[in-house]
Amino acid sequence: MAGTALLGRLAWQFGTLADIVQETPRVASLYFDIPEWQGHLAGQHVDVRLTADDGYVAERSYSIASPPEDRRVALTVERLEDGEVSPYLVGELRLGDKLELRGPIGGYFVWRAGEDRPLFLIGGGSGVVPLMAMLRHRERMKSKAPTRLLYSSRTLADIIYRQELDGLASAVDGVAVYHTLTREKPEGWTSFTRRVDEAMMQEVAWPKEQMPAVYICGPTTFVEAAASLLVSMGYPPLSIKTERFGATGGSA
Amino acid sequence: MGFISRGFRGKRRDTASSSRVPPGQYVVTDWPVLSAGPTPRVNVDQWTFSIEGEIDAPKRWTWKEFTALTTENITKDIHCVTKWSKLDTSWKGVSVDTLMDGVDTAAEFTTVFSDGGYTTNLTLDDITGGKAWVAYEFDGQPLHPEHGGPVRFLVPHLYFWKSAKWVRGIRLQKEEHPGFWESNGYHIRGDPWLEQRYWGD
Repeated sequence: MAGTALLGRLAWQFGTLADIVQETPRVASLYFDIPEWQGHLAGQHVDVRLTADDGYVAERSYSIASPPEDRRVALTVERLEDGEVSPYLVGELRLGDKLELRGPIGGYFVWRAGEDRPLFLIGGGSGVVPLMAMLRHRERMKSKAPTRLLYSSRTLADIIYRQELDGLASAVDGVAVYHTLTREKPEGWTSFTRRVDEAMMQEVAWPKEQMPAVYICGPTTFVEAAASLLVSMGYPPLSIKTERFGATGGSA
Repeated sequence: MGFISRGFRGKRRDTASSSRVPPGQYVVTDWPVLSAGPTPRVNVDQWTFSIEGEIDAPKRWTWKEFTALTTENITKDIHCVTKWSKLDTSWKGVSVDTLMDGVDTAAEFTTVFSDGGYTTNLTLDDITGGKAWVAYEFDGQPLHPEHGGPVRFLVPHLYFWKSAKWVRGIRLQKEEHPGFWESNGYHIRGDPWLEQRYWGD
Protein backbone atom coordinates (compact mmCIF):
# COMPACT_ATOMS: atom_id res chain seq x y z
CA MET A 1 0.00 0.00 0.00
CA ALA A 2 1.04 3.63 -0.28
CA GLY A 3 2.61 3.70 3.15
CA THR A 4 5.01 0.87 2.46
CA ALA A 5 7.06 3.25 0.37
CA LEU A 6 8.18 4.75 3.66
CA LEU A 7 9.98 1.53 4.48
CA GLY A 8 12.37 1.73 1.60
CA ARG A 9 12.99 2.54 -1.99
CA LEU A 10 10.29 1.64 -4.47
CA ALA A 11 12.22 -1.12 -6.16
CA TRP A 12 12.10 -1.90 -9.87
CA GLN A 13 10.43 -5.23 -10.41
CA PHE A 14 9.38 -7.40 -13.30
CA GLY A 15 5.88 -7.92 -14.54
CA THR A 16 5.10 -10.68 -17.04
CA LEU A 17 2.51 -9.83 -19.64
CA ALA A 18 -0.29 -12.34 -19.10
CA ASP A 19 -3.16 -10.92 -21.12
CA ILE A 20 -3.93 -8.21 -23.65
CA VAL A 21 -7.39 -6.74 -24.14
CA GLN A 22 -7.81 -4.44 -27.13
CA GLU A 23 -10.16 -1.76 -25.79
CA THR A 24 -10.35 0.49 -28.86
CA PRO A 25 -8.37 0.63 -32.13
CA ARG A 26 -5.63 2.60 -30.36
CA VAL A 27 -5.99 1.54 -26.73
CA ALA A 28 -5.13 -1.75 -25.07
CA SER A 29 -5.20 -3.05 -21.52
CA LEU A 30 -2.10 -5.00 -20.51
CA TYR A 31 -2.48 -7.43 -17.62
CA PHE A 32 0.70 -8.26 -15.74
CA ASP A 33 1.64 -10.91 -13.22
CA ILE A 34 3.94 -9.19 -10.73
CA PRO A 35 5.09 -11.68 -8.06
CA GLU A 36 6.40 -9.06 -5.64
CA TRP A 37 3.51 -6.60 -6.02
CA GLN A 38 2.57 -5.14 -2.64
CA GLY A 39 -0.83 -3.81 -3.58
CA HIS A 40 -2.04 -0.38 -4.55
CA LEU A 41 -4.88 2.10 -4.15
CA ALA A 42 -7.38 2.97 -6.85
CA GLY A 43 -6.03 5.99 -8.74
CA GLN A 44 -2.30 5.32 -8.35
CA HIS A 45 0.18 4.85 -11.18
CA VAL A 46 3.41 3.02 -11.98
CA ASP A 47 6.65 3.96 -13.65
CA VAL A 48 7.67 1.81 -16.61
CA ARG A 49 11.29 1.49 -17.73
CA LEU A 50 12.40 0.23 -21.15
CA THR A 51 16.03 -0.61 -21.84
CA ALA A 52 17.49 -1.05 -25.36
CA ASP A 53 20.35 -3.45 -26.05
CA ASP A 54 22.86 -0.59 -26.05
CA GLY A 55 21.77 0.57 -22.60
CA TYR A 56 19.50 3.39 -23.78
CA VAL A 57 16.65 3.82 -21.30
CA ALA A 58 13.19 5.43 -21.50
CA GLU A 59 10.83 5.84 -18.54
CA ARG A 60 7.16 6.84 -18.47
CA SER A 61 4.28 6.77 -16.00
CA TYR A 62 0.98 4.93 -16.57
CA SER A 63 -2.17 4.82 -14.48
CA ILE A 64 -3.23 1.50 -13.02
CA ALA A 65 -6.60 0.37 -14.37
CA SER A 66 -7.12 -2.66 -12.16
CA PRO A 67 -8.61 -2.42 -8.67
CA PRO A 68 -6.56 -3.33 -5.60
CA GLU A 69 -8.62 -6.50 -5.24
CA ASP A 70 -7.49 -8.10 -8.51
CA ARG A 71 -4.51 -10.44 -8.67
CA ARG A 72 -3.14 -9.02 -11.90
CA VAL A 73 -2.09 -5.41 -12.36
CA ALA A 74 -3.57 -3.84 -15.48
CA LEU A 75 -2.29 -0.81 -17.36
CA THR A 76 -4.48 0.67 -20.08
CA VAL A 77 -2.28 2.39 -22.64
CA GLU A 78 -3.14 4.59 -25.60
CA ARG A 79 -0.80 4.09 -28.53
CA LEU A 80 0.57 7.42 -29.70
CA GLU A 81 2.11 6.97 -33.14
CA ASP A 82 4.91 9.48 -32.61
CA GLY A 83 5.51 8.32 -29.05
CA GLU A 84 8.52 6.43 -27.77
CA VAL A 85 7.12 4.07 -25.15
CA SER A 86 3.42 3.60 -25.92
CA PRO A 87 3.98 2.09 -29.42
CA TYR A 88 6.25 -0.45 -27.75
CA LEU A 89 3.71 -1.33 -25.07
CA VAL A 90 0.83 -1.46 -27.56
CA GLY A 91 2.23 -3.23 -30.61
CA GLU A 92 5.58 -4.76 -29.69
CA LEU A 93 5.14 -6.27 -26.22
CA ARG A 94 3.91 -9.89 -26.45
CA LEU A 95 2.40 -12.34 -24.01
CA GLY A 96 5.13 -13.74 -21.80
CA ASP A 97 7.41 -10.70 -22.23
CA LYS A 98 8.77 -9.08 -19.11
CA LEU A 99 8.36 -5.39 -18.36
CA GLU A 100 10.31 -3.47 -15.75
CA LEU A 101 8.16 -1.30 -13.52
CA ARG A 102 7.93 0.17 -10.05
CA GLY A 103 5.09 1.46 -7.96
CA PRO A 104 2.52 2.14 -6.79
CA ILE A 105 3.08 5.89 -6.95
CA GLY A 106 0.97 8.81 -5.80
CA GLY A 107 -0.98 9.16 -2.57
CA TYR A 108 -3.28 12.02 -3.54
CA PHE A 109 -5.37 11.14 -6.58
CA VAL A 110 -6.78 8.04 -4.84
CA TRP A 111 -10.20 6.90 -3.72
CA ARG A 112 -10.96 4.31 -1.07
CA ALA A 113 -14.20 2.36 -0.80
CA GLY A 114 -15.62 3.22 2.61
CA GLU A 115 -15.81 6.87 1.71
CA ASP A 116 -19.55 7.33 1.56
CA ARG A 117 -19.67 10.82 0.10
CA PRO A 118 -21.08 10.93 -3.41
CA LEU A 119 -18.39 10.36 -5.97
CA PHE A 120 -18.17 12.39 -9.17
CA LEU A 121 -15.66 11.15 -11.71
CA ILE A 122 -14.88 13.16 -14.83
CA GLY A 123 -12.68 11.65 -17.51
CA GLY A 124 -11.46 12.78 -20.91
CA GLY A 125 -10.10 10.15 -23.31
CA SER A 126 -7.64 7.81 -21.64
CA GLY A 127 -8.04 9.95 -18.51
CA VAL A 128 -10.76 7.47 -17.68
CA VAL A 129 -8.15 4.86 -16.71
CA PRO A 130 -7.51 5.76 -13.04
CA LEU A 131 -11.25 6.48 -12.68
CA MET A 132 -11.94 2.94 -13.90
CA ALA A 133 -9.72 1.60 -11.13
CA MET A 134 -11.95 3.51 -8.69
CA LEU A 135 -15.17 2.19 -10.28
CA ARG A 136 -13.85 -1.38 -10.22
CA HIS A 137 -12.73 -0.96 -6.61
CA ARG A 138 -16.19 0.36 -5.73
CA GLU A 139 -17.82 -2.63 -7.40
CA ARG A 140 -15.50 -5.24 -5.87
CA MET A 141 -15.97 -3.77 -2.39
CA LYS A 142 -19.74 -3.48 -2.88
CA SER A 143 -19.48 0.19 -1.94
CA LYS A 144 -22.76 2.08 -1.81
CA ALA A 145 -21.21 5.47 -2.50
CA PRO A 146 -23.54 7.17 -4.99
CA THR A 147 -21.40 7.55 -8.08
CA ARG A 148 -21.56 9.39 -11.39
CA LEU A 149 -19.10 9.24 -14.25
CA LEU A 150 -18.97 11.92 -16.93
CA TYR A 151 -16.81 10.59 -19.73
CA SER A 152 -15.82 12.53 -22.83
CA SER A 153 -14.58 10.67 -25.92
CA ARG A 154 -13.97 11.76 -29.48
CA THR A 155 -16.10 9.12 -31.16
CA LEU A 156 -18.12 6.06 -30.23
CA ALA A 157 -15.25 3.80 -31.27
CA ASP A 158 -12.89 5.68 -28.93
CA ILE A 159 -14.87 4.89 -25.78
CA ILE A 160 -12.67 2.74 -23.55
CA TYR A 161 -14.34 0.07 -21.35
CA ARG A 162 -17.69 0.71 -23.03
CA GLN A 163 -19.28 -2.67 -22.32
CA GLU A 164 -17.97 -2.83 -18.78
CA LEU A 165 -19.28 0.67 -18.08
CA ASP A 166 -22.68 -0.36 -19.45
CA GLY A 167 -22.60 -3.31 -17.06
CA LEU A 168 -21.68 -1.17 -14.07
CA ALA A 169 -24.44 1.28 -14.96
CA SER A 170 -27.11 -1.39 -15.13
CA ALA A 171 -26.26 -2.97 -11.77
CA VAL A 172 -28.33 -2.42 -8.65
CA ASP A 173 -26.80 0.54 -6.77
CA GLY A 174 -25.04 1.13 -10.03
CA VAL A 175 -23.02 3.98 -11.37
CA ALA A 176 -24.69 6.62 -13.48
CA VAL A 177 -22.59 6.92 -16.63
CA TYR A 178 -22.90 9.99 -18.83
CA HIS A 179 -21.06 9.84 -22.14
CA THR A 180 -20.32 12.78 -24.34
CA LEU A 181 -18.83 12.59 -27.83
CA THR A 182 -16.95 15.59 -29.16
CA ARG A 183 -16.36 14.60 -32.81
CA GLU A 184 -19.26 12.43 -33.79
CA LYS A 185 -23.01 12.17 -33.50
CA PRO A 186 -23.85 8.54 -34.21
CA GLU A 187 -27.31 7.59 -35.36
CA GLY A 188 -29.55 6.79 -32.41
CA TRP A 189 -27.12 8.31 -29.90
CA THR A 190 -29.12 9.92 -27.11
CA SER A 191 -26.38 11.22 -24.84
CA PHE A 192 -24.33 14.41 -25.14
CA THR A 193 -22.40 15.35 -28.28
CA ARG A 194 -20.33 18.35 -27.29
CA ARG A 195 -17.46 19.45 -25.08
CA VAL A 196 -18.13 19.63 -21.37
CA ASP A 197 -19.91 22.90 -20.58
CA GLU A 198 -21.85 24.48 -17.75
CA ALA A 199 -25.25 23.19 -18.83
CA MET A 200 -23.85 19.66 -18.95
CA MET A 201 -22.28 20.05 -15.53
CA GLN A 202 -25.52 21.43 -14.08
CA GLU A 203 -27.29 18.36 -15.39
CA VAL A 204 -24.76 15.77 -14.31
CA ALA A 205 -22.95 17.02 -11.20
CA TRP A 206 -24.12 16.20 -7.68
CA PRO A 207 -25.50 19.28 -5.93
CA LYS A 208 -22.60 20.90 -4.12
CA GLU A 209 -24.56 20.69 -0.86
CA GLN A 210 -23.96 16.93 -0.98
CA MET A 211 -20.22 17.58 -0.74
CA PRO A 212 -19.17 15.19 -3.49
CA ALA A 213 -15.60 14.01 -3.87
CA VAL A 214 -14.53 14.99 -7.38
CA TYR A 215 -11.80 13.38 -9.47
CA ILE A 216 -10.96 14.79 -12.90
CA CYS A 217 -8.43 13.21 -15.25
CA GLY A 218 -7.64 13.91 -18.88
CA PRO A 219 -5.78 16.26 -21.19
CA THR A 220 -4.86 19.61 -19.68
CA THR A 221 -7.44 21.69 -21.52
CA PHE A 222 -10.19 19.24 -20.60
CA VAL A 223 -9.23 19.20 -16.92
CA GLU A 224 -8.87 22.98 -16.79
CA ALA A 225 -12.30 23.45 -18.32
CA ALA A 226 -14.07 20.92 -16.10
CA ALA A 227 -12.40 22.07 -12.88
CA SER A 228 -13.01 25.76 -13.63
CA LEU A 229 -16.68 25.10 -14.32
CA LEU A 230 -17.13 23.35 -10.99
CA VAL A 231 -15.31 26.11 -9.11
CA SER A 232 -17.45 28.77 -10.78
CA MET A 233 -20.52 26.74 -9.76
CA GLY A 234 -19.42 26.97 -6.14
CA TYR A 235 -17.71 23.64 -5.53
CA PRO A 236 -14.87 24.02 -3.01
CA PRO A 237 -11.54 23.85 -4.89
CA LEU A 238 -10.14 21.47 -2.28
CA SER A 239 -12.88 18.93 -3.00
CA ILE A 240 -11.65 18.66 -6.60
CA LYS A 241 -8.67 16.42 -7.31
CA THR A 242 -7.12 16.62 -10.74
CA GLU A 243 -4.64 14.67 -12.78
CA ARG A 244 -3.54 16.02 -16.14
CA PHE A 245 -1.55 14.69 -18.99
CA GLY A 246 -0.09 17.42 -21.09
CA ALA A 247 -0.51 18.31 -24.71
CA THR A 248 2.79 16.49 -24.78
CA GLY A 249 0.96 13.20 -24.99
CA GLY A 250 2.75 12.92 -28.30
CA SER A 251 6.02 12.02 -26.69
CA ALA A 252 4.69 9.55 -24.13
CA MET B 1 24.41 -5.51 -18.50
CA GLY B 2 21.07 -6.28 -16.92
CA PHE B 3 17.62 -6.60 -18.35
CA ILE B 4 16.94 -5.70 -21.97
CA SER B 5 13.43 -4.94 -23.20
CA ARG B 6 13.06 -7.30 -26.17
CA GLY B 7 12.49 -5.35 -29.35
CA PHE B 8 12.88 -1.89 -27.83
CA ARG B 9 14.92 0.61 -29.85
CA GLY B 10 13.75 3.97 -28.56
CA LYS B 11 14.12 7.39 -30.05
CA ARG B 12 17.67 8.63 -29.62
CA ARG B 13 18.32 12.14 -28.53
CA ASP B 14 20.99 14.29 -30.06
CA THR B 15 24.13 14.04 -27.98
CA ALA B 16 24.48 17.79 -27.52
CA SER B 17 21.54 17.95 -25.15
CA SER B 18 21.70 14.46 -23.67
CA SER B 19 24.27 15.49 -21.07
CA ARG B 20 21.75 18.06 -19.84
CA VAL B 21 18.96 15.54 -19.35
CA PRO B 22 18.88 13.75 -15.96
CA PRO B 23 18.34 9.97 -15.77
CA GLY B 24 14.85 8.79 -16.69
CA GLN B 25 13.86 12.12 -18.26
CA TYR B 26 12.95 12.99 -21.86
CA VAL B 27 12.94 16.39 -23.56
CA VAL B 28 9.72 18.16 -24.51
CA THR B 29 9.29 21.32 -26.52
CA ASP B 30 5.80 22.16 -25.25
CA TRP B 31 5.02 22.72 -21.60
CA PRO B 32 2.75 20.21 -19.87
CA VAL B 33 0.56 21.36 -16.98
CA LEU B 34 0.38 19.35 -13.75
CA SER B 35 -1.58 20.48 -10.72
CA ALA B 36 -3.37 18.69 -7.91
CA GLY B 37 -6.54 20.77 -8.21
CA PRO B 38 -8.28 23.58 -10.04
CA THR B 39 -6.27 26.60 -11.20
CA PRO B 40 -6.86 29.49 -8.79
CA ARG B 41 -7.56 32.91 -10.29
CA VAL B 42 -5.38 35.29 -8.33
CA ASN B 43 -6.22 38.97 -8.08
CA VAL B 44 -2.98 40.95 -7.95
CA ASP B 45 -4.71 43.77 -6.06
CA GLN B 46 -5.02 41.42 -3.10
CA TRP B 47 -1.78 39.56 -3.69
CA THR B 48 1.12 39.82 -1.26
CA PHE B 49 4.37 37.94 -0.83
CA SER B 50 5.59 37.26 2.72
CA ILE B 51 8.60 35.95 4.53
CA GLU B 52 7.56 34.74 7.97
CA GLY B 53 8.34 32.21 10.67
CA GLU B 54 11.82 32.32 12.22
CA ILE B 55 12.40 35.98 11.47
CA ASP B 56 12.38 38.94 13.85
CA ALA B 57 10.49 41.26 11.56
CA PRO B 58 8.36 39.40 8.99
CA LYS B 59 8.56 40.92 5.52
CA ARG B 60 5.69 41.52 3.16
CA TRP B 61 5.39 43.03 -0.30
CA THR B 62 2.31 44.08 -2.23
CA TRP B 63 2.16 43.40 -5.96
CA LYS B 64 3.29 46.94 -6.68
CA GLU B 65 6.16 46.72 -4.23
CA PHE B 66 7.18 43.28 -5.41
CA THR B 67 7.28 44.12 -9.08
CA ALA B 68 9.42 47.17 -8.26
CA LEU B 69 12.18 44.94 -6.81
CA THR B 70 15.34 44.28 -8.78
CA THR B 71 14.73 41.44 -11.21
CA GLU B 72 16.97 38.95 -12.93
CA ASN B 73 16.60 37.20 -16.27
CA ILE B 74 17.00 33.49 -15.75
CA THR B 75 17.57 30.80 -18.40
CA LYS B 76 17.50 27.29 -16.98
CA ASP B 77 16.55 23.71 -17.81
CA ILE B 78 13.58 22.41 -15.82
CA HIS B 79 12.82 18.80 -14.90
CA CYS B 80 9.40 17.45 -13.90
CA VAL B 81 9.17 14.29 -11.80
CA THR B 82 6.62 12.98 -14.33
CA LYS B 83 9.63 12.53 -16.65
CA TRP B 84 9.65 15.52 -18.97
CA SER B 85 12.45 18.05 -19.10
CA LYS B 86 12.32 21.37 -20.88
CA LEU B 87 15.60 23.02 -21.87
CA ASP B 88 16.53 26.70 -21.84
CA THR B 89 13.36 28.06 -20.28
CA SER B 90 13.59 31.81 -19.77
CA TRP B 91 12.09 33.68 -16.87
CA LYS B 92 12.07 37.03 -15.16
CA GLY B 93 11.84 37.15 -11.41
CA VAL B 94 13.26 38.28 -8.11
CA SER B 95 16.09 36.28 -6.60
CA VAL B 96 15.35 34.82 -3.17
CA ASP B 97 18.71 36.32 -2.18
CA THR B 98 17.22 39.77 -2.85
CA LEU B 99 14.18 38.94 -0.72
CA MET B 100 16.34 37.56 2.07
CA ASP B 101 18.70 40.53 2.05
CA GLY B 102 19.28 41.65 5.64
CA VAL B 103 17.31 38.75 7.13
CA ASP B 104 19.00 37.11 10.09
CA THR B 105 17.48 33.72 10.87
CA ALA B 106 18.27 30.55 12.77
CA ALA B 107 16.14 28.58 10.31
CA GLU B 108 17.70 25.88 8.16
CA PHE B 109 14.43 24.79 6.54
CA THR B 110 11.60 26.52 4.73
CA THR B 111 8.05 25.87 3.63
CA VAL B 112 7.07 27.66 0.45
CA PHE B 113 3.31 28.20 0.47
CA SER B 114 0.73 29.03 -2.19
CA ASP B 115 -2.84 30.01 -2.87
CA GLY B 116 -5.01 26.95 -2.57
CA GLY B 117 -3.07 25.52 0.36
CA TYR B 118 -0.22 23.93 -1.61
CA THR B 119 3.10 23.77 0.20
CA THR B 120 6.55 22.43 -0.56
CA ASN B 121 9.53 22.08 1.73
CA LEU B 122 13.02 23.29 0.80
CA THR B 123 16.18 23.77 2.80
CA LEU B 124 17.27 27.38 3.12
CA ASP B 125 20.50 26.32 1.42
CA ASP B 126 18.54 25.11 -1.63
CA ILE B 127 16.84 28.47 -2.18
CA THR B 128 19.70 30.88 -1.47
CA GLY B 129 23.03 31.47 -3.18
CA GLY B 130 21.61 32.19 -6.64
CA LYS B 131 19.57 28.99 -6.83
CA ALA B 132 15.95 30.16 -6.54
CA TRP B 133 13.69 32.95 -7.73
CA VAL B 134 10.16 34.20 -7.41
CA ALA B 135 9.19 34.53 -11.07
CA TYR B 136 6.39 36.40 -12.81
CA GLU B 137 7.36 36.38 -16.48
CA PHE B 138 7.98 33.48 -18.85
CA ASP B 139 9.40 34.06 -22.34
CA GLY B 140 8.86 37.79 -21.89
CA GLN B 141 5.15 37.42 -21.12
CA PRO B 142 3.20 37.49 -17.85
CA LEU B 143 3.10 34.00 -16.41
CA HIS B 144 -0.13 32.19 -17.38
CA PRO B 145 -2.37 31.01 -14.47
CA GLU B 146 -2.12 27.36 -15.58
CA HIS B 147 1.63 27.60 -15.17
CA GLY B 148 1.40 29.26 -11.78
CA GLY B 149 0.75 32.89 -12.67
CA PRO B 150 0.77 35.56 -11.60
CA VAL B 151 3.80 34.41 -9.60
CA ARG B 152 5.49 31.07 -9.07
CA PHE B 153 8.54 29.86 -7.24
CA LEU B 154 11.46 28.80 -9.44
CA VAL B 155 14.06 26.41 -8.11
CA PRO B 156 15.26 24.70 -11.28
CA HIS B 157 17.97 22.48 -9.80
CA LEU B 158 15.26 20.37 -8.10
CA TYR B 159 12.27 18.54 -9.61
CA PHE B 160 9.75 21.08 -10.76
CA TRP B 161 7.06 20.36 -8.14
CA LYS B 162 9.38 22.30 -5.81
CA SER B 163 8.79 25.37 -8.02
CA ALA B 164 5.43 26.03 -6.38
CA LYS B 165 2.73 27.68 -8.49
CA TRP B 166 0.66 30.64 -7.24
CA VAL B 167 3.27 31.24 -4.56
CA ARG B 168 2.50 33.58 -1.66
CA GLY B 169 5.47 33.31 0.64
CA ILE B 170 8.28 31.56 2.45
CA ARG B 171 8.00 30.29 6.02
CA LEU B 172 11.39 29.99 7.75
CA GLN B 173 11.61 27.00 10.08
CA LYS B 174 14.04 25.25 12.41
CA GLU B 175 12.68 21.82 11.49
CA GLU B 176 11.82 20.17 8.20
CA HIS B 177 8.06 19.81 7.54
CA PRO B 178 7.21 17.73 4.47
CA GLY B 179 5.07 19.66 2.00
CA PHE B 180 2.11 18.53 -0.09
CA TRP B 181 3.72 16.12 -2.58
CA GLU B 182 6.43 15.25 -0.07
CA SER B 183 3.64 13.93 2.18
CA ASN B 184 2.10 12.03 -0.73
CA GLY B 185 4.92 9.71 -1.72
CA TYR B 186 7.39 12.11 -3.30
CA HIS B 187 10.98 12.63 -2.21
CA ILE B 188 11.81 15.11 0.55
CA ARG B 189 14.50 16.88 -1.54
CA GLY B 190 13.98 15.89 -5.18
CA ASP B 191 17.35 16.18 -6.92
CA PRO B 192 16.76 15.08 -10.53
CA TRP B 193 20.42 14.15 -11.07
CA LEU B 194 20.17 11.68 -8.19
CA GLU B 195 16.72 10.62 -9.47
CA GLN B 196 15.18 11.36 -6.08
CA ARG B 197 11.58 10.94 -7.25
CA TYR B 198 9.85 9.04 -4.48
CA TRP B 199 10.15 8.18 -0.81
CA GLY B 200 13.29 6.14 -0.26
CA ASP B 201 14.96 7.03 -3.58
